[in-house]
Amino acid sequence: MTTTKIFRAAVFLLFSLMGVAGLYFWMHVEFVAAVQIIVYVGGIVVLIIFSIFLTQEAGVEMPKATNTRLIFSTLASICGIVLTTLLIDQYAFPEISTMALDASPNNIGTNMMDYTEKGYALPFEVISILLLAAMVGSITIALKSKPEEV
Amino acid sequence: MEVTLTHILFLSTSLFFIGMYGLFTRRNMITMLMAIELILNSVNINFVAFNKYLYPEELTGVFFTIFIIAIAAAEAAVAIAIIIHIYRDHKSIDVEDSQDMKY
Repeated sequence: MTTTKIFRAAVFLLFSLMGVAGLYFWMHVEFVAAVQIIVYVGGIVVLIIFSIFLTQEAGVEMPKATNTRLIFSTLASICGIVLTTLLIDQYAFPEISTMALDASPNNIGTNMMDYTEKGYALPFEVISILLLAAMVGSITIALKSKPEEV
Repeated sequence: MEVTLTHILFLSTSLFFIGMYGLFTRRNMITMLMAIELILNSVNINFVAFNKYLYPEELTGVFFTIFIIAIAAAEAAVAIAIIIHIYRDHKSIDVEDSQDMKY
């Protein structure tokens, strides 16, 4: 069921991420859709494609998974889908509000920088420090280790 | 037919379990990373849908989505750095081949 060509898998991932961005556009949260396209399609998929080129000899096909693993993971996924679908179908959500969601970049930015109790300034700071730490960490990990000096 | 919250939740459920299927069957680290991205995306869809349909007066779900996207980017950067380092040492990115820290 899964493709054995890793580059094709990356291209399929790109299209499904674009589809999710389209869903955000349809739900009228244009800012999140734009962030989705910029970060995922423009950042993560490109990073994944580069690392495929760096780690995979071109044209080498991945080995197929063993039959037992295929059977059990199909079983687990289908059971999960059926169970969750039944649960969602039977759950009575509270009355759907008809108010429109104001997700304009203006409103998002005002809320993001707000440091009163309704604002999100603290998570914003925390996420900035996390991103910085991740950048430094990944550079340190990926650095070529110097040959040992005698 | 009108699209309701339930339909969007069906979509994100199937996206989540497609990602889980990929995570179970693949043994190549990069494809497993792609499966994790799918799972994170399904969670994002859920947050935005709940925010839009049930609590449109607040923006909590949208903010959670934005923060999750940022965390996913950081996670992908660190994971790819680790994968490239492992490839340099082992010449392979199959999870079965990297067992240095197992015991």
